[in-house]
Amino acid sequence: MSGTTPANPAVAVGRPATSVPDPMGGRPAPTNRVTTSSRAKKTLSTRVGSAVALVIAVLWTLPTAGLLITSVRPEGQIRSTGWWTFFSDPAFTLDNYREVVFGRASSGALANFFMNSLTITVPATVIPLVLAIMAAYAFSVLQWKGRDTVFVLVFALQIVPLQMALIPLLRIFSGTAVAEAFPFLSIWVAHSIFALPLAVFLLHNFMAEVPRELIEAARVDGAGHVTLFFRIMLPLLVPAIASFAIFQFLWVWNDLLVGLTFSGGNNQIQPLTARLSEMAGSRGQDWHLLTSGAFVSMIVPLVVFFALQKYFVRGLLAGSVKG
Amino acid sequence: MDFFLYSKIGQMVLALLAFAAVVAVLMLGARVADRVAGRTRNLWALLVFAGPALLLLGVGLIYPAGRTIVMSFMDRRSEEWVALDNYAWVLNNPESLRAFINTFWWVILTPLVATVVGLLYAILIDGKRFEKVAKSLLFMPMAISFVGAGIIWKFVYEYRGAAQDQIGLLNAVLVAVGLEPVRFLQDGPWNTFFLIFVMIWVQAGFAMVLLSAAIKAIPTDIVEAARLDGVSPWQMFRSITVPSIRPTLVVVVTTISIATLKIFDITRTMTGARFGTQVLANQMYDQSFTFGNNGIGSATAVVIFVLVIPIIVYNVRQMLRNREVRGA
Repeated sequence: MSGTTPANPAVAVGRPATSVPDPMGGRPAPTNRVTTSSRAKKTLSTRVGSAVALVIAVLWTLPTAGLLITSVRPEGQIRSTGWWTFFSDPAFTLDNYREVVFGRASSGALANFFMNSLTITVPATVIPLVLAIMAAYAFSVLQWKGRDTVFVLVFALQIVPLQMALIPLLRIFSGTAVAEAFPFLSIWVAHSIFALPLAVFLLHNFMAEVPRELIEAARVDGAGHVTLFFRIMLPLLVPAIASFAIFQFLWVWNDLLVGLTFSGGNNQIQPLTARLSEMAGSRGQDWHLLTSGAFVSMIVPLVVFFALQKYFVRGLLAGSVKG
Repeated sequence: MDFFLYSKIGQMVLALLAFAAVVAVLMLGARVADRVAGRTRNLWALLVFAGPALLLLGVGLIYPAGRTIVMSFMDRRSEEWVALDNYAWVLNNPESLRAFINTFWWVILTPLVATVVGLLYAILIDGKRFEKVAKSLLFMPMAISFVGAGIIWKFVYEYRGAAQDQIGLLNAVLVAVGLEPVRFLQDGPWNTFFLIFVMIWVQAGFAMVLLSAAIKAIPTDIVEAARLDGVSPWQMFRSITVPSIRPTLVVVVTTISIATLKIFDITRTMTGARFGTQVLANQMYDQSFTFGNNGIGSATAVVIFVLVIPIIVYNVRQMLRNREVRGA
């Protein structure tokens, strides 16, 4: 996930719906009662509008298409001609992928880094999610003194740039025996901490929407907090949890700063992004490796994105638009 | 046992199991506390549910942020106090000033252009048959990492000497219409703007999705009434669309501004901050981790933090104003 954070205090938050409407869908255009002359004008302006939209759409997709096409062309052709010649002179190969994923260390050996990214991302998504759901429960269901003050403080922590916490956090871990034995630990912890403020805020917003009567009724029936949490809150929160899980997964998978800082250049834990960024500098002209490598790093987020786009967009909208 | 200690997947599974065990123990504790009467019960519940997150935030975010502020007044190894020397360097050194000026352009242009493109696109495809697909196309870059986006555009900007065939799309177009190829990433001062466009490319989809939802939330009767009065599309846009989606516009612009202020990956991947393209977030990384100067690195981080504050304040003030208008 590229670094846009959807949350903001700016607005009331969407109701947690149990069924998920598709936020990417359109709505039928309203019917118009118009005269013929204005219809002609309208058609013209619609034409221009559609043309502009088409230009934007092309500009936004062509670079990625070029990368994909280049990644399956033979190296010699990539070096000598532009990727658009692929259509007049098609030559297809998967050699670039073979080389960049399984080849020598100097050409990337991305298989190892792909595993690193996966190893980093799964716990760094699950851990903050669970902790945030629990904390959100404490901020929305439990009644205690100073609750709102602490909540505002947690929310405000979102404005602390990662750069502010990196060096001291790194020092807490460096040189400890635990960090030696479990090299991924520091990355997991760092990602989990940095995700918490936003996660707590978003999930709290969803939980606050749950009717109090429902909670009171359960309490009167003798449900303890644990029962209430697992039996009533969790099922209601599934869409919100899905939204944040996707968001966090994309964020961690695509992160460079934390991965680079906390792996300290160690190939045993460096994520894909760090390796690719390094290759862009050291092998800047080897486009057959850079294009296929970039695509290898993009496959997982793109699949997640297109398969779960609905939930992802709902998560983005939850922090900002009523709906 | 070797599986858990020496394989990556094993370590991952072990971590998840350990975490699950911790949560299970906490929940058991809360369960026991649920049986206890009186005030201790609530205290226990609070400790179990909020304790872990608050502890992590304290140790991993609040303490380090405070420590960074302290380190920004100390020398490169955090041994001696140097008062404001680091800040003086950040605000006076020519390279650092370059990073400031570049960051300024990034933060001004990215939110502005990304929002304009997103809004224009959202209006143009509103209610069209292909709306869903059209939105996905513009939104897709959001799923791509900045590193991936950097490589995609580095390839678009690729330069070859005039004697060779161009393999970069942009230079191929320039040569095709009879112009000289341009070294987009090496030649200042324009190269920074070509990097900025990559951020715009990534963020426009975010702006489009939020603004599109806001446009759809405008009550139809207002739109219909305006239509019957025969207002032109431009009037409709100025007096109905924009005022209705103002709160969302503020959110989009401030969110993108904050993300842009911390931009690091694009510069690092595309130019390695060479050729005069340095930005503050990358300077912080270079100073701290490449040159080992924790004083200047910390001071740069604090400066970024200080620059974020006005954007947040503006956002919160707008929010309060909107609440008053709505009477909520």
